[in-house]
Amino acid sequence: MTHYLTRRSPFVIALSLLAFCLFGIALGSASGSTGFESWFTALRDDTAWQIVWDIRLPRSVGACAAGALLGLAGALAQGLFRNPLADPYLLGSASGAALGVAVALALFGGNPFATELLVRMGLTGAAFVGAVLAVLLTLVLARGVHHNLRLLLAGVIVGVVLGALVSLITLMRPDVLQGMQGFLLGSTSFIGWTSCALMLGVLLVCVVLTFVLSRVLDALSLGEATALSLGVPLASVRVALICVLALATGTAVAQTGLVGFVGLAAPHLVRSLVKTKNNWIVLLSSLMGGVLMLVADLMARMLLSPQEMPVGVLTAVLGGGYLLWLMYRSQTTRALQ
Amino acid sequence: MNLPKMALSVRDLHVSLAGQEVLHGIDMSFVAGRWTSIVGPNGAGKSTLLKALAGLLPVTCRIFLFDHELMSMDRKRRAQQLSWLGQNESVSDDLRVLDVVMLGRMPHQDWLAAPSAHDHSVVKSALQATQAWDWRERSLSQLSGGERQRVLLGRAMAVQAKVMLMDEPIANLDPPHQVDWLEQVRCLTSQNTTVISVLHEVSMALHADDMVVMQAGRVVHQGACSDAATHSAVEAVFDNRIAIHSLDGQWVALPKL
Repeated sequence: MTHYLTRRSPFVIALSLLAFCLFGIALGSASGSTGFESWFTALRDDTAWQIVWDIRLPRSVGACAAGALLGLAGALAQGLFRNPLADPYLLGSASGAALGVAVALALFGGNPFATELLVRMGLTGAAFVGAVLAVLLTLVLARGVHHNLRLLLAGVIVGVVLGALVSLITLMRPDVLQGMQGFLLGSTSFIGWTSCALMLGVLLVCVVLTFVLSRVLDALSLGEATALSLGVPLASVRVALICVLALATGTAVAQTGLVGFVGLAAPHLVRSLVKTKNNWIVLLSSLMGGVLMLVADLMARMLLSPQEMPVGVLTAVLGGGYLLWLMYRSQTTRALQ
Repeated sequence: MNLPKMALSVRDLHVSLAGQEVLHGIDMSFVAGRWTSIVGPNGAGKSTLLKALAGLLPVTCRIFLFDHELMSMDRKRRAQQLSWLGQNESVSDDLRVLDVVMLGRMPHQDWLAAPSAHDHSVVKSALQATQAWDWRERSLSQLSGGERQRVLLGRAMAVQAKVMLMDEPIANLDPPHQVDWLEQVRCLTSQNTTVISVLHEVSMALHADDMVVMQAGRVVHQGACSDAATHSAVEAVFDNRIAIHSLDGQWVALPKL
């Protein structure tokens, strides 16, 4: 860790990340299955314009928004549980969403990437409800939010049990398997403008709430006793932040499936760029999540072009690789000191 | 004659941790504007007592901070009047020194307000008092254990509370900074701040005005540090393995060999 980390301006980093996001969205909406084509050609051609406007642009914006939601949730989870390994899914929301989708698929059949709006809406709703219910179940099992370790353990238990239920359903109804697989790997392919608007709306609410409540995360970084001694209404703020966490994660998962590692890696990336207060960390993690997801989405489309890879596979490889590099780098810098 | 003003007082304090009673009925008052050190062997309940006095543990009895009942006080007002420095709290590394100490101003700030000029000057003097001002731009991860402790001390001082509770505040400090701490506490009490500290090093603890001697969850003695009865109580709880001598106008505890 070097001295200049605390001197960098979070504001400048935020602006650069925002610029990256916009650039990524522009790039994403201009690259298609036939390769790269500029916006200007699309402007002159109605069909091309329709592809850009109805498919590629919402997809890129949606990927960015989902990544931002996950980045925000990751930073929130790591601050709240004071654990650098915390990720958005640690309260059981991932397996809850998976169970929701599995139940919906088993009951109504169909493909998660079906084009019919009703099926899509149904599955999205099922994923969201599943994620939120799983977090609630975790809270009930942990008997409230007062005990960090109990919350984490309850999250693990909920994750394992709901995961087992998903396996049971897929075992009894093998036809569900393919649809489930698509959901579990995560995909940005079918995000429409409605999903975009929903995600951006939720993102705005979550960012504002977290920005307002992040002082508590700062106080919490000195330990719970000190935070309490500073007059922080810890219990109620914790409930509020867990609600934000569940909302952000549930929304992202419902629209894009289980995209791994973005929520874990984004806050770490931000902290390796700058050391600052939690309001900035959360905001920057959100932007960083957006950038990560856009990069992953672009690569998912280009690597096997004209075929496509599930974006979740790429985020896992990219995010995991980066974390590994970060870990080795910090080990070597410490060894050198 | 006026009765001395009590900063903190508690009657029949029982505390149970994980189903086991750790403090067995403690009656105690702390005179305002004095420095009291709490000593006793490991596991005597010193830290638990300090935590209970800070209102950080569920207790059944009533604790009074000046004239107000501690638990029913407004959170923010309580935080303004009572500052707490814990022992071995896991502090995350990511905040800047300046941001950490600014957290001490939290009880005085509105929720979303930016720090005022007064906040900044208080933070600056707290960091200068603990000689940590030079590292204000660094993050905690770049500091050693003792340096970090000085920053946390500055954080506790930045609250500018009338009552300061400190658990092992000098555990990681080197001798010159231990002496600095002594001088800061003297300065605080001269401004009528009440200081209560748990100290492991008996010689340092003997510099206080008053001493509370604890053993097995009970207070066995409370008295002035210069008092011979206090000295014999301290020697007794440490199994008479130490002896308190006068040296150069100070009391020192030496091992009895």
